[in-house]
Amino acid sequence: MKLLNTTPIYVALIFAGLGFVLNSCQESGKNTNINHIGREYNLLEIKGEEKAVLTAPPIVPPPITRDYATKVIVDLEVIELEMEIADGVNYVFWTFGGTVPGSFIRIREGDYVEFHLKNHPDNKLPHNIDLHAVTGQGGGAEATYVAPGYEATFNFTAINPGLFVYHCATAPVGMHIANGMYGLILVEPKEGLPKVDKEFYVMQGDFYTEGNYGESGLQAFDMNKAIKEQPDYVLFNGRVGSLTGDNTLKASAGETVRLFVGNGGPNLVSSFHVIGEVFDNVYMEGGSLKNHDVQTTLVPAGGSAITEFKVEVPGDFILVDHSIFRAFNKGALGILAVEGEENELIYSGKSEPGIYQPSAEAGIIRKNAMEAATLTEDQLLALGEKLYQTNCAACHLSDGKGVAGIFPPVANSDYFAGEISKTIHPVVNGLSGEITVNGNKYNSVMPKQALTDAETAAVLTYIYQTMNNQKTRITADDVKKVRQ
Amino acid sequence: MNALKTGIIASGLIFLCFRLSAQADIPVKGKMAFIPAGKYIPMYSSENETVPVNAFYIDRFPVTNSDFRRFTDQYPEWEKENVKKLFADQGYLKHWTGNPQFELSLAQSPVVNVSWFAAQKYCECQGKRLPTIAEWEMVAEAGLTRPDGQNEAGFNRMILDLASKPNPTKLPAVGTTQQNYYGVWDMHGLVWEWTYDFNSALTTGESRGNATSDNTLFCGGGSLLAKDVNNYAAFLRFALRSSLKAKYTVPNVGFRCVKDAENPDKKTSSKSE
Repeated sequence: MKLLNTTPIYVALIFAGLGFVLNSCQESGKNTNINHIGREYNLLEIKGEEKAVLTAPPIVPPPITRDYATKVIVDLEVIELEMEIADGVNYVFWTFGGTVPGSFIRIREGDYVEFHLKNHPDNKLPHNIDLHAVTGQGGGAEATYVAPGYEATFNFTAINPGLFVYHCATAPVGMHIANGMYGLILVEPKEGLPKVDKEFYVMQGDFYTEGNYGESGLQAFDMNKAIKEQPDYVLFNGRVGSLTGDNTLKASAGETVRLFVGNGGPNLVSSFHVIGEVFDNVYMEGGSLKNHDVQTTLVPAGGSAITEFKVEVPGDFILVDHSIFRAFNKGALGILAVEGEENELIYSGKSEPGIYQPSAEAGIIRKNAMEAATLTEDQLLALGEKLYQTNCAACHLSDGKGVAGIFPPVANSDYFAGEISKTIHPVVNGLSGEITVNGNKYNSVMPKQALTDAETAAVLTYIYQTMNNQKTRITADDVKKVRQ
Repeated sequence: MNALKTGIIASGLIFLCFRLSAQADIPVKGKMAFIPAGKYIPMYSSENETVPVNAFYIDRFPVTNSDFRRFTDQYPEWEKENVKKLFADQGYLKHWTGNPQFELSLAQSPVVNVSWFAAQKYCECQGKRLPTIAEWEMVAEAGLTRPDGQNEAGFNRMILDLASKPNPTKLPAVGTTQQNYYGVWDMHGLVWEWTYDFNSALTTGESRGNATSDNTLFCGGGSLLAKDVNNYAAFLRFALRSSLKAKYTVPNVGFRCVKDAENPDKKTSSKSE
C-alpha cells in the first residue's frame, strides 16, 4: 500500500470511510487469515510522543511495554569514520550512528514515526535512508536525501510488524552499503514479542578491500571485487572479533535468548547457524510466520530473521555463516558463551571432549614416511609448508594469524618462544583447556594430528622459521620424546 | 529540482558587478589552463547523445580563502554578516571564524561553505562563470598523462580512493593533490566543486517522465540509466551535486571558474538549457 504525497492520516481516514479497510482479521497481528491483504491500523489512536532509544550493536533497546500507538521521534546521524575492521586493519566506514551495523531502532506496530536523518558536517558525501519498514516512495530514500551538514525529516506510519533492514540508497548504492550503511528497525507486533531473558543484535555484511584478508594498514574499498561479489571479509557487526574475546555474547544456562539477525549484504546471502544450538523458533525472513526446530536459517541480503532458543547447557556456542569458508577464513564468526550448571542428560561432553583422536600411526597408511635426515633445509621447509596448508591452515589460517578468540595465532606467536616440547605436544598429543597466546586467552580443543614424527618436525620447523623468524629446527627425535 | 529552478531564475537576474576597471583587464590565462573543444557523454541520458563542449579556459586551482577574501572586500554585500539569506544559508563562510577573518594557515586552502550564488557571483565579477557539468567532467576525465584518464592504469581506482576518504580536519592548500594532463590541479580529492548546472543531472533527458528522473540517483535507478555503471567516482560526484540546493553552504564544496576561449560574447553557448 502506497501513501504518496498525502498525509497518511487522511488516507487512512478516507480508506476507513470508504470501507476499504477489511476488519475480518479477528486476531489482529497474528496473521491467521492468509486471505487477508492489508494491515489494520488506526491513526486516530496515536497517543503521546516519545523519543526512540537507539542502541549500538549487539545491544537491543528494551521491549516496548505500552499497549497503544504513539508518535516516535527518531534522530539518526550519518557519520563517516575510520575504524578497525580487524586487528591492525583499518577501513573507512560510512555509518548510521557511528557503528556498523547502525543503531537499532525499536518501535511498535501502528506507531507514527517522525524520522530525522542528520548528515554530519564533516562528512564528505550526501546520504539518505531507505527503511524497509516504510510503505512509501523509496522507503524514505527520496525524502531523506541530504547533503553534508544538513538534516532531512519525514514521517511514516509503521503499518506492518516485523524486523526490517534499513540502508543508505544513495548512488553508488552498492558502495554505500558495502561501506557499512545498514541496520535494523524492529516493528513490534501489537501484542508484543514473548518475554525472553536475553536479546542481541547481530548483523552480517560483506566487505571488499584492496588488500586481502588480514593485510594490515588502511584498506580502501575495492570496487572490482564488489562487482565480482568476492569479499575479503564477511563479518558479524562490522569487525573481525566483534562477538569474540571480550565482546562475546553472554547468557546463563536455562535462559531464553532472542537474536535479531540482519544481513546488510551488499551481495551475500547468509546461512545463519549457531553451532551447538537448535533454534526453537525462527520468525522467517523477519516476518510473522514462525518456523520451529530449525538448524540453519537463510538471511537474505537486505533481509532478516528472528531466532529464539533456550540455552540448556553451558558452553561456547559459535555463531557462523554456515557457508562455512566465510566463517573460518573471512571472519563471520561470533561466540555466545553460556555459563551455568552442566546437564549431562542433555550433553555430557565437557569432561570428555568427544573428539575422536586416533593414534597417528594406527589405521593410516603412510606411503612415504620421510626421514628428516634425508631432506635438505629447503626440502624440509617446502614439505613443512605443504603439511601446514593441509593440516593446520583450516583453523590457524594460511598466514598463521589464527582467528581472534577461537584459534590462537601460530605466526609471530609468543607460544613459540619457549621450550620446543611446548609446541610439539599439541601436535602429537592434542591440547585442550585455557592457554594464553600473545596476551589473549583461548579455551578450545586441538585434536592430535595424524602426522609422523618426521612430518611433525617438518611442519613445526616451517612454523618456527617462516612464521616466527626463528632458527629453531625440530628433529624427528625431538618429536618422539614428546609423543605420549 | 527546486534548486535548479532557483538556479535558472537567479542566473537570469542581472547582478550588478561594480567591477574595478583595472581588475577586469588582468590577463587570466596564466592562472588558467586552455581546454580544447571536445565532447562529453553525459552520465545520465536517454540516448547515446554527446554534448559538444567549446574550447574554454579553466582556473588551474580552486578559488582559495585568500582569493575569496579579496572578493568580499570589494563586494561587502557578500561578506559573512551581510549576505542575503536567499543567496546563502547560515553556514556561509562559517570556517571564517572571525568576520571576515580566517585562520592564516587556511589562506591558500580552497574556499568552502560558499553557496552556488556566491560562487557564480564571484566568477561573474572576474569576467568568468562557473563551469558546466560537461566542462567540469571533461577536465576531470583527464589523467596525469593523457586526456582520457580512464585508459591510464589505476586512474579510476585512484579517483575513487581520493573521493571516498573522509574530509581532513584541516583542508590542505590548493595544488597539493594531482596536476592533470591539462595542467589543472586538484580536480579530485581536495573538495567537491560547484558547477553552473549542478542540479541538472535529475532533469537530463527531457523525454523521460518526472517519476523516472526523480529516481535517477536512488536505488537501482542510477545504475539502470547510467552510461557507465562502473564509474563509481562519477556516481559520487553526481550524487553530491544532486543533494545540493543553490543556497547550500557545505564544508567540502568549493569551486573554480571558467572563461570561454573563442566566443567570449556568448557565455552560455555550451549550456544545455
